[in-house]
Amino acid sequence: MEDELPRRREKFPFGLAHLGLDEVEREIPADEPPPLAPNAELTQIGKDIRRWDARNKVTGAALYTVDVHLPGMLHAAVLRSPLPHARIRSLDLSPAAALPGVHAVLTVVEPPADGASMVLRYVGQPVAALAADTPALAEAALRLIRVEYEPLPFVVDLDGARRADAPIVYPDSEWQKSPSAGLPAAASDLPITGNIRGPESKGSRGDIGAGFAAAEIVVDGTYDTQVQTHCCLEPHAIVAAWHEDGLDVWMSTQFTAGVRAQLARHFQLPLSRVRVRAEAVGGGFGSKSQIGVYGRTAVALSRLAKAPVRLVHRRDEEQMDSGNRSSSEQHLRIGARRDGTLTAISLHSYGSAGIAFGAGVGNMVTALYRCPHVESRQYDVFTHAGPACAMRGPGNTQGAFALEQGIDELAEKLAMDPLALRDVIDPSPVRREERRMGAESIGWTRCQPPGADQGPVKRGMGMAQSLWSANVQTNAACELRLWRDGRVEVLSSVQDIGTGVGTVLAQVVAEELGLQPEDIQVRIGDTEFPSGPPSYGSRTTASITPPARTAAWQIKEALFRSVASAWQVDPQRLTVQDGWIHLRDAPQQRISWQEATATLRTDRISAVAGRSDDYAGFRSRSGDAAMALNDLGGVQFAEVAVDTETGVIRVERVVAVQDCGRPINPLQIESQVQGGVLMGVSYALLEERILDIHTGWMLNPNLVDYKLTGAWDTPQIEVILLENYQGFSATDAYGIAEPANIATAAAIANAVYNAIGVRMRSLPMTPAKVLHALGAVSGGPH
Amino acid sequence: MEAFQWQQARSPAEAAALVTQTTAEAMLTLHDTPIAQQAILVKAGGVDMLDLMKEGLVNPLRLVDVSRLAELQGISRGSDGSLRIGALTTLAQIAADTGLRQSHAALAQAAAMAASPQIRNRATLGGNLLQRPRCWYLRSAAHHCLRKGGGHCFAFAGDNRYHAVFANHGCAIVHPSTPATALLAFHAQVELLHPQGQRRQVPLEDFFVLPEADMHRENILAAGEILTAVWLPPQIQTNRSIYFQVAEREAFDWPLAAVAVVMDLDAAGLCQEASIVLGAAAPAPWRARQAEALLRGAAIHGETAEAAGEAALAGATPLAQNAYKLPLLAALVRRAVLAAAALPQDPRAP
Repeated sequence: MEDELPRRREKFPFGLAHLGLDEVEREIPADEPPPLAPNAELTQIGKDIRRWDARNKVTGAALYTVDVHLPGMLHAAVLRSPLPHARIRSLDLSPAAALPGVHAVLTVVEPPADGASMVLRYVGQPVAALAADTPALAEAALRLIRVEYEPLPFVVDLDGARRADAPIVYPDSEWQKSPSAGLPAAASDLPITGNIRGPESKGSRGDIGAGFAAAEIVVDGTYDTQVQTHCCLEPHAIVAAWHEDGLDVWMSTQFTAGVRAQLARHFQLPLSRVRVRAEAVGGGFGSKSQIGVYGRTAVALSRLAKAPVRLVHRRDEEQMDSGNRSSSEQHLRIGARRDGTLTAISLHSYGSAGIAFGAGVGNMVTALYRCPHVESRQYDVFTHAGPACAMRGPGNTQGAFALEQGIDELAEKLAMDPLALRDVIDPSPVRREERRMGAESIGWTRCQPPGADQGPVKRGMGMAQSLWSANVQTNAACELRLWRDGRVEVLSSVQDIGTGVGTVLAQVVAEELGLQPEDIQVRIGDTEFPSGPPSYGSRTTASITPPARTAAWQIKEALFRSVASAWQVDPQRLTVQDGWIHLRDAPQQRISWQEATATLRTDRISAVAGRSDDYAGFRSRSGDAAMALNDLGGVQFAEVAVDTETGVIRVERVVAVQDCGRPINPLQIESQVQGGVLMGVSYALLEERILDIHTGWMLNPNLVDYKLTGAWDTPQIEVILLENYQGFSATDAYGIAEPANIATAAAIANAVYNAIGVRMRSLPMTPAKVLHALGAVSGGPH
Repeated sequence: MEAFQWQQARSPAEAAALVTQTTAEAMLTLHDTPIAQQAILVKAGGVDMLDLMKEGLVNPLRLVDVSRLAELQGISRGSDGSLRIGALTTLAQIAADTGLRQSHAALAQAAAMAASPQIRNRATLGGNLLQRPRCWYLRSAAHHCLRKGGGHCFAFAGDNRYHAVFANHGCAIVHPSTPATALLAFHAQVELLHPQGQRRQVPLEDFFVLPEADMHRENILAAGEILTAVWLPPQIQTNRSIYFQVAEREAFDWPLAAVAVVMDLDAAGLCQEASIVLGAAAPAPWRARQAEALLRGAAIHGETAEAAGEAALAGATPLAQNAYKLPLLAALVRRAVLAAAALPQDPRAP
């Protein structure tokens, strides 16, 4: 349809800015602005602008969902399964319902279609929920609910679940109802045997046998990655207010518009009658992408109680039942010729997403390197554990840990530098440049042979690469409002989950209108405004900044017409700079922004723009989601010190070289990359959801025993940002969130190998595992 | 967390008279009965108490707050060089005390490595010594383990990566106090105030209780007794001390292994006396007596330190997942012995 709209041709800057820019010609919709100059020629975009909400966050004024308190609001509490697998023989809610102050009680667990009794499949699975006047009363009322459980055999570990006699998580086809919230590679038509579902083999190609037959060198290894939890600082939270006209929801969410659509569908309401707001959000990392069982529960309680209901997870509920990164056991084989050319890659992976599916990690091996014969076999292994969901680079973060160590191992066997080997097998010119820059910054020439340091503390250096897609949400729009008093508002339902997209919007609009970012009122996180994109899949900036700039440009054109009419000149002669509109060819004829807007015929004018297709088209699209490129880059280098007598790994330095198209706010991007690296260090060394195999309970469902990187464990992080212009959209900006996290653990593992000469193939790389790998521990394996 | 009453104690004696149970007793449910609702418990910094209450492991009727009692604060030095550290002295105060850092360096170092700055500012030495173990089965209301009066230790067949490698029969907790490791190496005593007003001093070594003696408690504190102070005997002039630990995380983490060494070297560099205590190794701070014996009279060098490290492991009975602690402990002992020997002696010792 877009092809029928008028279009025009424009020349865009193209290439990596620091190497000198070329031009590329693109055909663009006629109602979109002319090409944006490179950042060096701009005044707001590409500059380190302070966050629009920094003051509110620092002073505590920012309104998070947990801060929302409505008149007459009730407090929800959820009764959760104490058993990893059980049939509910009987469930009696009435004693709780009879308690004064309890206003609604409902069953959360759904009965199977055949009317059989309800089955619970993990510790922490919601059974029932209620809403009461106070949180304490709600907790007390939960204890009055009478449940008779029939314990059933269960299995929570990957090995146990694959045994022939393993307790079965899903009989028949009930697994099809299991959640797979945002996990990749979750095809629905895969075979299932026992608890093993698959293989998913997307991306496989060629003849794997022939590939290995042609190989002159083969490396193989088995790599284990653990379950990681999201650990958002703000827990999952919702305040739901059901009323006669519809539904008002405040939610800590990564996707206000998506939650609205899900609620409208589930509760059979028109989209226009559901309003979802998220003013400030304390992190999501993939776990707040959906309405979720807890969200629907709060709304159902509100409908039942005829009052607003607040439901906020405790930290243990966060840890047990709000998603996690699935585990993996990856069997990787790589074949190559002596010149480094890859002939075959085979990855058989068994991963557990608990009761969910979609634990595949095949994307890295099928897409990162040039290789004619690739076999990817990805199996989900169901366990009686809480469901996984998307988490920062799902699949690729796990996959990188194996693949990038395998490639390094291959380089060593080939007696090649790991960077030189990647120059042979990696088709991306951007990553090649990133390798060069990263190597220079970390001082790669200082890299010694593995285990070369004398003494117990050995230093090492390593690197790894990431792969992610440049994603775009096409259902993304932005409104610009210009008021007669000069005030400018930018409106969208897009939510700022901490990444700073509000600041980015202000910069883009200010740049186009010749104003300062603080002149722009940012009104976001409310579905009463045009639908914004989700804040997942590293797609927010790519999706919302082009419509923001387009709408700003359209508003500017309208203002120019108004002024030009007063001046009786051609509007094409007008331009705006530093808050003054003037004639291009006679700058002395000028008018201030406020005087100009005073010429408007009405109090307020408005422009709404949507996200058009990328000017060079999309590689693929599915519904509202489209992909511009599948090789958004990023290369990270790490320097570590390993104490071979204590097994302690210290990450001393990380150099992250990243690209995200046009960087809009380098300061915020650096922050986000630092966050990605920290999360990667934490994943590499510390984090692990530990389930007791005999009880199915999580043993570390808090933030003390579940260990996150702290200040003392934080390495020196250097972020190097490329400016990569491609002429794809009105802003040419793409995401950074996930690429920043994917390579870190793999780079650290390669650095550890370089330090001690022993490969760490299991995450997290704890002192215990290092001592075992070094042969320092007598007795059985860890 | 349940509602509870709050009472400000006006004196240690008043607190002792009010308190009905130790925290350990209040956590005990012997016959699957709900946990005690009537307990009146003492609370100092409240760090561990709040954790236990939030997890539903204790539901006290009332907390008696002793945290404002002046007589339990501060560090005082006797004329004989002995030290009295009031039970309410915070870990931050111990870590920062200039005198202690010279005379009892290992104690100041241990206090500095415990928990996080925020917690060290609140946590008291008394509360630290009396905190319940970190065993995740003990800390989970869903696991009715032996130490809480249940019939089963979940750690033996379960996840015991952080558990004890010594004296771990029956129950495999490790003692959670970081300062205790150093205090035992200095032969400290605790001062206990009885509800009837008597005070007694008990050597730390006798204060702690191993599972073989009693599975339900970590110390001999009786109901109503208040731990009022810790006493450190005068130090020998030529003493030097050091505390080392290894944790997975640099800050706010309990150690995987720790060691405190206090050593008396004569002018010829021979070891007159050595006290070596292992932390995170046993249900109580664990004296490595064989290692101590081996060093007595010996010159300290790489070989003797290495031998001490090996000797420190005597009697170890690691579990399925914690054998890695043995090389860790051996390395720490070797390093600590060498580092202690290389230190200048305490210039302030009398």
